[in-house]
Amino acid sequence: MKKKNLLQRTILIAIVTLFGLYIVVGPRHRPSLKDFGWSGMKATLASNIHLGLDLKGGSHLVMRVKTEEFLKHLTEGNTVAADNAAKEAGFEVKAARAETTGGHRVIVQVVDPSKAEDIKTAIQKKVELGDTTTWSYSLSGDQLIWTMTGSAERLLADNATTQALNIIDSRINALGITEPTLQTHGSQSSHQILLQMPGVQDPERVKNLLKGESRLEMVHVVSPPSPAPAQTYATDAEAIASVSSGGTLPANRRVLKYVERMDPTSTAPEDQTREKRTKWVIVEAPAIIDGSELRNASAVPTRAGGTDDFEINFSLKKNGADKFGAWTGAHINEYMGVVLNDEVQSIAFIKSQIFDSGQIEGRFTKQSAEDLALTLRSGALPAPIEYLEERTVGPSLGQDSINSGVRASLVGLALVVLFMLIYYRGSGINAVVALVLNMILMMAGLILFGATLTLPGIAGIILTIGMAVDSNVLIFERIREELRTGKTIPSAIDQGFGRAFITIIDTHVTTIISSLFLFVFGTGPIRGFAVTLVIGLLINLFSAVYVSRTIFIWELGRKEKMESLSI
Amino acid sequence: MIQIFKDVRIDWLANRRAFIAVSVLLMLGGLFSAIIRQATGHQAFNLGVDFKGGTVVTAKFKQRPSDEEIRASLVKQGIRDAIVQATDKPDTVLIKLPLEGVSQAEVETGRALVRNSLNAFGTEAKADLHLAADPNGAYEIVGTDAVGAVAGAQLRNKAIAVTLAALVGILVYIALRFEWTYGAAAVIAVFHDVLVTLGFFSIFQWEVSLTVIAALLTLVGFSVNDTIVVFDRIRENRRLHRRDSLYKVTNDSINQTLSRTVITSGLVFLSVLAMVLFGGEVLRGFSLALLIGIVFGTYSSVAIASPIMVWWEQRIEAANRAAAVNLNKPIRGGVQSQTKTAASRDAMAAGAPKRSGGASRI
Repeated sequence: MKKKNLLQRTILIAIVTLFGLYIVVGPRHRPSLKDFGWSGMKATLASNIHLGLDLKGGSHLVMRVKTEEFLKHLTEGNTVAADNAAKEAGFEVKAARAETTGGHRVIVQVVDPSKAEDIKTAIQKKVELGDTTTWSYSLSGDQLIWTMTGSAERLLADNATTQALNIIDSRINALGITEPTLQTHGSQSSHQILLQMPGVQDPERVKNLLKGESRLEMVHVVSPPSPAPAQTYATDAEAIASVSSGGTLPANRRVLKYVERMDPTSTAPEDQTREKRTKWVIVEAPAIIDGSELRNASAVPTRAGGTDDFEINFSLKKNGADKFGAWTGAHINEYMGVVLNDEVQSIAFIKSQIFDSGQIEGRFTKQSAEDLALTLRSGALPAPIEYLEERTVGPSLGQDSINSGVRASLVGLALVVLFMLIYYRGSGINAVVALVLNMILMMAGLILFGATLTLPGIAGIILTIGMAVDSNVLIFERIREELRTGKTIPSAIDQGFGRAFITIIDTHVTTIISSLFLFVFGTGPIRGFAVTLVIGLLINLFSAVYVSRTIFIWELGRKEKMESLSI
Repeated sequence: MIQIFKDVRIDWLANRRAFIAVSVLLMLGGLFSAIIRQATGHQAFNLGVDFKGGTVVTAKFKQRPSDEEIRASLVKQGIRDAIVQATDKPDTVLIKLPLEGVSQAEVETGRALVRNSLNAFGTEAKADLHLAADPNGAYEIVGTDAVGAVAGAQLRNKAIAVTLAALVGILVYIALRFEWTYGAAAVIAVFHDVLVTLGFFSIFQWEVSLTVIAALLTLVGFSVNDTIVVFDRIRENRRLHRRDSLYKVTNDSINQTLSRTVITSGLVFLSVLAMVLFGGEVLRGFSLALLIGIVFGTYSSVAIASPIMVWWEQRIEAANRAAAVNLNKPIRGGVQSQTKTAASRDAMAAGAPKRSGGASRI
């Protein structure tokens, strides 16, 4: 019985140890002899364990939020809205334009300046131009002018930067980049963001993803209703000419590019070139709804479904769905366009009322569809982003500090091992074996979970090692106590493990419970701490109790009758 | 067999007033330091770049000194908490200074400080020349930028909230396995350890960086671990020796686990001491917080958690007994119970082992 038990235990320990060792230093490719040499294993270990910014460094990206674009967009949007509001209220408007160089102005030129006050009231009732902290109103001849105040310009630009920072933060998290640092950079008026991330696999993809504007809009395409085909134009000039004779577009119209999708069954060569299929359409401004009304977006294969033929399903929030439903209900058989970053992705006529969901078609590849869905989910950036600087930086703790930290830890570890061997003699070997096994398995755990190791993570390892040593001390002290009361060696070992085990369970479970809180609700450094601690303590229950016990059983089994225990 | 302690019989609980007085003094010291500094326009804590942002100076050298040398010359100029970070170019280095404010003036101050420190390695290249073109220049400052905090107020508040939630988790688990009073005593002891450690950081104005936060989390773990080991022994001894008072059982349990406490804490203390001594300037805040945390985490499980638990349990016991008496005489219960409590407190203060008559709660 004992023999069989010991055999089972030994086999289990051997399997776990070998598995752990393989995870830690085993090559991920077809192994060659060189991989099992010292330098080979070191290289594998280095590539398997991800070190954080503080320990290894990574890429350092400085980007700027183009807040001037945000202000421009805002001014233009308000101009269109003001124009529409005045016309809806029954006033004649000669022209409406936005000035965005040298200050931001909304200018509405009216036919009858004597009604200026009434027009102003009508506009401010519908449009947010009435907010006097943001806009100051003045009348000059037949022009109603709203000028953005300097303080509002600064405040709005700062807000746009903060919003961009939050969106980038959520995109980084969605990408699963662990332990980045994200902070504002430069003086406040420079609107820069500094992102540092530990080594990433595909930095170009990350950069594009973070930069992705993902401005989604649903627009009304100006065209005769179905069954007539949607009205398109071969050039943008032609499109503009069709709505205005003077070559300037009215404020409530936009001309957008539309690349007709290839018919997968068509073999006609003219359908295969993008230039031939590029057309222009006229759409109404403002859009029916935009991306801020999105609730969710996900990439799905199209029904016709080649392997690289994906579309994006989206659903709308309550407000957006109401607006969208009302509009589509009133425009049956008319054409609607899905616009992404000022390019029309698809045009379709409205068969029936649509409420809260739709598709973006566009023959996306799997990755581009997933990336687009991710950026749509995280929200549109308030303004485009440009990269100013990109470089690789070394560890933020400094290589010299890391080296001295490693040296100091080795000294500390050596002290612990030495003490255990001197104080507990033979049994000290148990403790050292358990400790070494714990560290190997902990590394394996970190690799399996794909965790990024940072200094807080190392703090978790230090606590684990402390508690691992403590487990052994608890057990050995207890065995000594039992021996002192005159018990036989086997029963002292049995009792010692049994009693100490209750304590060990209590200390470990308490710490694991608190770490789970830190892991689930914590961010960044706190999470890093919790990950290593939970992994380490779970392993410790195996290494300090099960493995150590097995070594004792093996020692007991070696001699028929044990006279003394080296403890 | 080497043994540190043989059959110790120390009456720990007799000294509980002295223990608690020492702890209160230490906590008050830290609190006063924080309040006075805040009130006189200084900062309660010396927060690092991680928490308040600062200035980043990029310097390029002809002959790049080691990170250590750069840091040493910065310390000479009075900048203790700079981060020196290598870049992908071997001759270029980033120096981050913890300076509050992002105004141009602050950035200029930072630049001037770094220039003064770097002059130790030779003169700066003339402003209109590039480093390579100036034969006398040893370095040039390529850029100066302000950076925001890595860990803003939002992250800090979240960290505190999460840690409190974790402590509630600890409280509930200990309450389930032991008693509510045990859980409360353990959590109070943990608070004590964190406050004392933070007090040291305020008094000596050591830099608080993100690494110190990691150290605080670690010391919470150590402290709870230590406390549970003692409590576990108390629970076991109460089952074995039902006739002994909680006072005696607690003292015995502390004494029985004393060698384990000293060995474990001593080993961890020695390892962390190695880090304080040889771990370098940057990790000093981390290792100092751990060192203090281990000393007080060990101290608090004996000197704070156990006395609080014993005091609380005795009050409950007294109240229960008073309630039992009141069942027979249901008049003026309040007065009755108060006298009982006072009596039991006197018995405890005299250090007399009180017989609880087998009414074990566990």
